[in-house]
Amino acid sequence: MSALATAPAHDHHDDHGHHHKQTFITKYIFSTDHKMISKQYLITGIIMGIVGIMMSVLFRMQLAWPEESFAIFEALLGKWAPDGVMTPSIYLALVTIHGTIMVFFVLTAGLSGTFSNLLIPLQIGARDMASGFLNMLSYWLFFLSSVIMLSSLFIESGPANAGWTIYPPLSALPQAIGGSGLGMTLWLVSLAIFIASSLLGSLNYIVTVLNLRTKGMSMTRLPLTIWAFFVTAIIGVVSFPVLLSAALLLIMDRSFGTSFFLSDIYISGEVLSHQGGSPVLFEHLFWFLGHPEVYIVILPAMGIVSEVMATNARKPIFGYRAMVASILAIAFLSTIVWGHHMFVSGMNPFLGSVFTFTTLLIAIPSAVKAFNWITTLWKGNLQMNPAMLFSIGFVSTFITGGLTGIILGDSTLDINVHDTYFVIAHFHLVMGISAIYGLLAGVYHWFPKMYGRMMNKNLGYVHFWVTAVGAYGVFFPMHFIGLAGLPRRYYTNTAFPYFDDLADVNVIITVFALITAAVQVVFLWNFFASIFYGRKATQNPWNATTLEWTTPVEHIHGNWPGEIPSVYRWPYDYSKTNEDGEYVIKGQDFVPQNVPLQENEEELNH
Amino acid sequence: MTVFLVIIALALLAVTGWQLSKIFELSKGPGADSTQIANDNDNRKQARYMLWFMIFLYVGMAYSFWKWSKLYLPEAASEHGSQVDTLMFISIAIIMIVQVLTQALLHWFAYKYQGKKGNKALFFADNDKLEFIWTIIPVITLAGLIIYGLFTWSDIMNIDEDSDPIVIEIYAKQFSWQARYAGEDNTLGKANVRFIEGRNNVGLDESDPYGDDDKITTELHLPVNKPVLFKFRSQDVLHSAYFPHFRAQMNVVPGMVTQFGFTPSITTAEMRDSEYMVDKVQTINEIRKENSEILRAEGEMPLDPYEFDYFIACNKICGEAHYNMQMKIVVETQEEYDAWLSEQATFGEFMEN
Repeated sequence: MSALATAPAHDHHDDHGHHHKQTFITKYIFSTDHKMISKQYLITGIIMGIVGIMMSVLFRMQLAWPEESFAIFEALLGKWAPDGVMTPSIYLALVTIHGTIMVFFVLTAGLSGTFSNLLIPLQIGARDMASGFLNMLSYWLFFLSSVIMLSSLFIESGPANAGWTIYPPLSALPQAIGGSGLGMTLWLVSLAIFIASSLLGSLNYIVTVLNLRTKGMSMTRLPLTIWAFFVTAIIGVVSFPVLLSAALLLIMDRSFGTSFFLSDIYISGEVLSHQGGSPVLFEHLFWFLGHPEVYIVILPAMGIVSEVMATNARKPIFGYRAMVASILAIAFLSTIVWGHHMFVSGMNPFLGSVFTFTTLLIAIPSAVKAFNWITTLWKGNLQMNPAMLFSIGFVSTFITGGLTGIILGDSTLDINVHDTYFVIAHFHLVMGISAIYGLLAGVYHWFPKMYGRMMNKNLGYVHFWVTAVGAYGVFFPMHFIGLAGLPRRYYTNTAFPYFDDLADVNVIITVFALITAAVQVVFLWNFFASIFYGRKATQNPWNATTLEWTTPVEHIHGNWPGEIPSVYRWPYDYSKTNEDGEYVIKGQDFVPQNVPLQENEEELNH
Repeated sequence: MTVFLVIIALALLAVTGWQLSKIFELSKGPGADSTQIANDNDNRKQARYMLWFMIFLYVGMAYSFWKWSKLYLPEAASEHGSQVDTLMFISIAIIMIVQVLTQALLHWFAYKYQGKKGNKALFFADNDKLEFIWTIIPVITLAGLIIYGLFTWSDIMNIDEDSDPIVIEIYAKQFSWQARYAGEDNTLGKANVRFIEGRNNVGLDESDPYGDDDKITTELHLPVNKPVLFKFRSQDVLHSAYFPHFRAQMNVVPGMVTQFGFTPSITTAEMRDSEYMVDKVQTINEIRKENSEILRAEGEMPLDPYEFDYFIACNKICGEAHYNMQMKIVVETQEEYDAWLSEQATFGEFMEN
């Protein structure tokens, strides 16, 4: 396979010297170069992230100081905040769009889009993605869907506000809630385009990993990042089309009078003609994507963390094969656990038992991964770069958030914490904060590769520590108000005097949220300033073994100026010694993948 | 309290700003090392912060449990509820043990093995025994939890129809609840949204004789220690009937009837007198008094003092007023219940008037 793969790539190399000059448009806008596309994904993702996080700040303020007037509400929300007091309908819209943006636009496209594009060709030794054109198309569809999603914020009837899970009938009936009019139409159109973008991207990633690996790069020599991106792409291809079908059926119910999800509805004084549909069907379709989606979000972060952690610990990742096996196990199980979102949906309780069983099984590969990361740190020589801190932070929040999954995955316990703040605390820690940490670890680690410059480490340290304290400050207390029975998606809790004693916890949470959001400005400053003024990077600043660090700092089309390097070993030969206790390469504690087996070196399984 | 917290937040922000400005200066200055790659000095410092962070995490967790575990719901007011709580406490205990151990290892290793020039990391790539151990331990623990959970789940969800439960329909619409008692025959009359007309606002089929003695109310009264079987129906969108004190919840789905059964075991009066609730209500009333004073100063209506009642809350986003869709539940003795029920008009009487 690899011999086949290198031949056409070699041709490409031959005409590398005399290809036509690029214009501004082909280089920066409609680029087919995977490195440029990855930057486009990252910057779009960051902009969407700013919007998404700002929204959470606004609704957190409403939750801490319900129905108080804030000038910032009036300035940003306009007619949705008369006299600076947020209305219930915009509160629900903020919650809905925050969820949508963070899950899809930041953590799916921004994370997986950025790093799959950057790293797959560079780490497997390919000139570019299998199809540069499809790759470009994938980005521009993502861009289009982002624009449509953001444009829905400005329409008269308001953006979609039926929750990011858009359960019908609420999302199908404009009579039930204002945002289910044009706002929901735009939401559905945006998501349909997003899914097309995601599928184009995923197919490209899969084909590239399977076909374009350089000579010697067997599957068991792939860095864990590539394994993670590869399996993520497969889960995406399996599950995103199901969401598309759900969205299409919902569009038909909304606009063409079909009854897939609607039945027996009496609203605003009249009986609707819909008969025979079931909202539970929608829930099944939605969560058939929705649950794999959280692994689409977390697996790339896991891959990045494994890679960054091994590099900075100067140690091989512990249990490479177990790590790959657990990625595969998680991917497989992720497609058969969706029902745990529906224990009290009215589906047959027997199904609840089955889903409890499969859900708790998924804790096993997750536990293996956590233990392997911890063991990777053991007896390492830890280089505390910002990327390493975020990786350690990832393991911490992943454990904290993952453990409460044992409660939520148990149908018996879910009865009483379902849809409470306990759920919010759980999933924000395990897939929100953790995935963001993975994203940030990746940005700090591969920034030199993307922009040829270094980010400022001291600003990175400030960013990490304030974020780490703030994130726990926001989400740890949230477990307790959830256990107290406080439902999510409430505009205010003052309608229930019973919850009055939770108000000060909500204030604490909001204060931490404000601080954590504010410190992201440090990151933004660091990121954008370093693009232009950062210190010039050396070719391999972190002394890493993987192939991307064998390319020149200046980006060139086709990645390597000469021949594509061949690979002779796995990517984790850090601190490998000969029998005499000397490093394999004298004075250097790492052996890059393109270095052949040395004399006296013990050959391992990879 | 709020003002105090805002001040703290502002102070923290100010400190952050000040620290940042210092760092900005540092980052600009001609530092000894400007490669932007962590050196021994950074490794030492950051490793120490890891230790501080671990302390923060443990102090934070301990504080949260000390301060807020009392927020956990009161003793379950239903028969199955105590099983749920037991499983909950076992699960929380297990996950907290794992949490404390793994976070300690993670942060301790991060501190202990801080990088130093000349140090050699251990090339340690595989160990089947270790991996077997930490696969098998979660397997056994989870197997225990799964088995316990599944038995409890099927106990709760499989309703014993032989015990002759009282059948009550919970009817949901934007944004209120109604209860429909099945009457003398303990059989609910047929209903569908297509029968909604005039005063018949839950869509009962008037031609169905079973429906004649049904009683429709806006408060839910339940006799203590009698099994109840709830049938849920919605006329518009998804709702969820959440009875936190009874450890019960079921979605209410338009187009189908869902169900949940439980046996209330503590009356409202008993719950009000419990130590937990006396404390809680006192705290709440102190907060409400404070807030009322602020309201009064602004010339607005003060808040009413609070008295505890069980409630159903809507727990599935259902529209703008989702946050205020609730119904009072009263659990009382059989005599009180009979007396209350006899005062309610039957559907037949209601339609005639």
